[in-house]
Amino acid sequence: MTEEIIIAGFGGQGVLSMGKILAYSGIMQDQEVSWFPAYGPEMRGGTANVTVIVSDDRISSPTLTAYDTAIILNQQSMDKFEETVKPGGVLIYDPNGISKHPTRKDISIYKIEGAKIAAEMGNTKIFNMVVLGGYLSVKPIVKLDNVILGLKKSLHERYHKLIPLNEDAITMGMKNVVKI
Amino acid sequence: MGELRLMKGNEALAEAAIRAGTDGYFGYPITPQSEVIEYLMAEKPHERTGMVVLQAESEVASINMLYGGGGTGKKVMTSSSSPGISLMQEGLSYMAGAEIPCIVANIVRGGPGLGDIQPAQSDYFQSVKGGGHGDYRLPVLAPASVQEMSDFVPVAYDLAFKYRTPVLIVSDGLIGQMMEKVELFDQMPRLTDKEINEKYPWGTNGKPAGQERRVLTSLDLDPHKLEKHNFKLQDKYRTIEANEVQYELIDCDDADYIIVAYGSSARISQKAIQLAREEGIKVGILRPITLWPFPKKAIDELVIKGVKGFLSVEMSAGQMVEDVKLTVRERTKVEHFGRYGGVIHSPEEVLEALKSKIIGG
Amino acid sequence: MSDIAIKDIIKPENLVYEKTDLMTDKTLSYCPGCGHGTAHRLMMEVVGDLGQENETVGVAPVGCSVLAYEFMNVDMQEAAHGRAPAVATAIKRLWPNKLVFTYQGDGDLAAIGTAETIHACNRGEQIVIVFINNGIYGMTGGQMAPTTLPQMKTSTSPYGRDVATMGNPLKITELVAQLPGTYYVTRHSVHTPAAARKAKRAIKKAFQNQLDGKPGLSFIEIVSNCNSGWKMEPVQSNIWMEENMFPYYKLGDIKVDGKLL
Repeated sequence: MTEEIIIAGFGGQGVLSMGKILAYSGIMQDQEVSWFPAYGPEMRGGTANVTVIVSDDRISSPTLTAYDTAIILNQQSMDKFEETVKPGGVLIYDPNGISKHPTRKDISIYKIEGAKIAAEMGNTKIFNMVVLGGYLSVKPIVKLDNVILGLKKSLHERYHKLIPLNEDAITMGMKNVVKI
Repeated sequence: MGELRLMKGNEALAEAAIRAGTDGYFGYPITPQSEVIEYLMAEKPHERTGMVVLQAESEVASINMLYGGGGTGKKVMTSSSSPGISLMQEGLSYMAGAEIPCIVANIVRGGPGLGDIQPAQSDYFQSVKGGGHGDYRLPVLAPASVQEMSDFVPVAYDLAFKYRTPVLIVSDGLIGQMMEKVELFDQMPRLTDKEINEKYPWGTNGKPAGQERRVLTSLDLDPHKLEKHNFKLQDKYRTIEANEVQYELIDCDDADYIIVAYGSSARISQKAIQLAREEGIKVGILRPITLWPFPKKAIDELVIKGVKGFLSVEMSAGQMVEDVKLTVRERTKVEHFGRYGGVIHSPEEVLEALKSKIIGG
Repeated sequence: MSDIAIKDIIKPENLVYEKTDLMTDKTLSYCPGCGHGTAHRLMMEVVGDLGQENETVGVAPVGCSVLAYEFMNVDMQEAAHGRAPAVATAIKRLWPNKLVFTYQGDGDLAAIGTAETIHACNRGEQIVIVFINNGIYGMTGGQMAPTTLPQMKTSTSPYGRDVATMGNPLKITELVAQLPGTYYVTRHSVHTPAAARKAKRAIKKAFQNQLDGKPGLSFIEIVSNCNSGWKMEPVQSNIWMEENMFPYYKLGDIKVDGKLL
């Protein structure tokens, strides 16, 4: 199994940390992982994206031009990455702030109301965990137990008390992802 | 099994520095490698192992701190990125001349000049041909993963002290900035002052009672003596060439074509050869792990085996390709492909270049 | 004569002056009349007096004293031009119990190595810097130094140093004294026995500061002559130095025990 993912959105949406938690979850189940962020001038204008690869085998290129899954969290990223999903691949997006919805017919498209659900849960910071839950429902490449272990590894100990909240957010995301 | 962590290449390098028993790290921030000194400062290695970490006023100062510290027999290290490494060339030349061990890691970015902060491999010439003034070479290790960013630190120290030479670890912004799973090696003890004096009697740390004082210098105003010193250095370089070549062959057994690529380009090329093999093109990768000494013999053997062409894939305008050509000596086709100035080539572009420049060309 | 040993000529009861073992037997490469040899000797005498010959590491510069390591009989490193304070910084940080010094000329310390000088001083490195200021580049044949006096002729200021286009002589010693990282800053000369004795006391105080772990760097400038570069007889050069250098580079303590005077 090799899953090649692009996660893209605004800085501050937790794009990089979502990727990091996913990568750590892969390590928890003995998989190979890579996480490569766009850095420097590519980040200007407040956009952020990260390529995450989780695989049973040694990972080749950590940078890619085509992905199994794109997780898209703003319009600029939709414009840039919709066409990079491999035929038969998956696109998951949060419709909040999206004006031009994806149109491709050769991929599976899912919607997750991450921002809305996080707001309803009373903490907009768990937005990225809701989206991660949505993704894991579509592509259960890592077990929830391992995600929790990954969270523990990637969060500083002083934030460990927030892990149950994050777990709830992932569960909410899993329940609320909708196939278009 | 060692401790598993998800780390950036830069962080793995820094953690490995502590675990390899480094006595002193001296550095100056520059993107895309500032995480190295940031990690070290946050980690308080002084409390873990007694290791000294100092932010210098410049890369010029950093490399000369390595001269001073390395010259006493201590394990010293710095890291920087291309423009900073250019500033260190003076010091590296002096260290090569005075035969002082150290590690210098270069997390290469686009150039020339201030360039940009994106990944590049355009410092190959500077790394493998000497870099500063005078006749010298430095062993160059090129990690292609975060794991190797960690693993190569103790390897580099072994080479540095075995041959009394600076050793370069040449990586780039891609490997520095990306995170991968890394299995950290266990903490190695720092040498005690007594052990240093036993192992490295040349170290200038206060002349031992009843013995001659030690002097480290790269100066000899007598040309005949300096030539003799150069003969000694050249002998050392020949020994390194004979004994320290490291490379990796990937899918070369049945390969008609070979991509020669190191570091990030080797990773990207691995994806390219997967794509190629899906199309029935038999291509393998020769990945130099030591850029100097260059794996000439391995290339020669592939030529003799009847490989139909070599594509040197580098994020540069074509630097390593010269060494491939020097080895192949027109017995078969050799071409270069690479994006540069901070642009990372895609696996698809590499495959396309293989087809147009080698197979169809 | 050849079978008469030195000890037969200089009998112990007649001995008034003895070379310290911490100077090698190598013939000094300095011009007759130059102050470098005296400064070397004073430093090595101090190292001996303090019983530190096995605990000392010196850093030699580029300039006339590029070969200082040939004469100072302690562990030595030859640094790149201007970089001695950085080199010494690491030695001291990694061997905090050793006595570490640099010995630098004006081009080395106050031109090409200004950054290393200022920052080693500013960090308060516990090292000793001995700075020989003779207002000229002796090694390379008499070019202008940062410390060359106004109107002074050198091979690169053949019509005299024009401060409007060539800048003013740099009083780097006064400059580093302003930094909180310096603990002891003083200026001396070695051109008379009395001056040399005073300079030796200053060098001893500087090294003692380091042995005592005093917070900060000890910096000693020695205003010296360069009779060759100045194109003068040795005695004449010392008189010229007194009349021209000393008014600009005033001798005496500038900062003692961390306090500006």
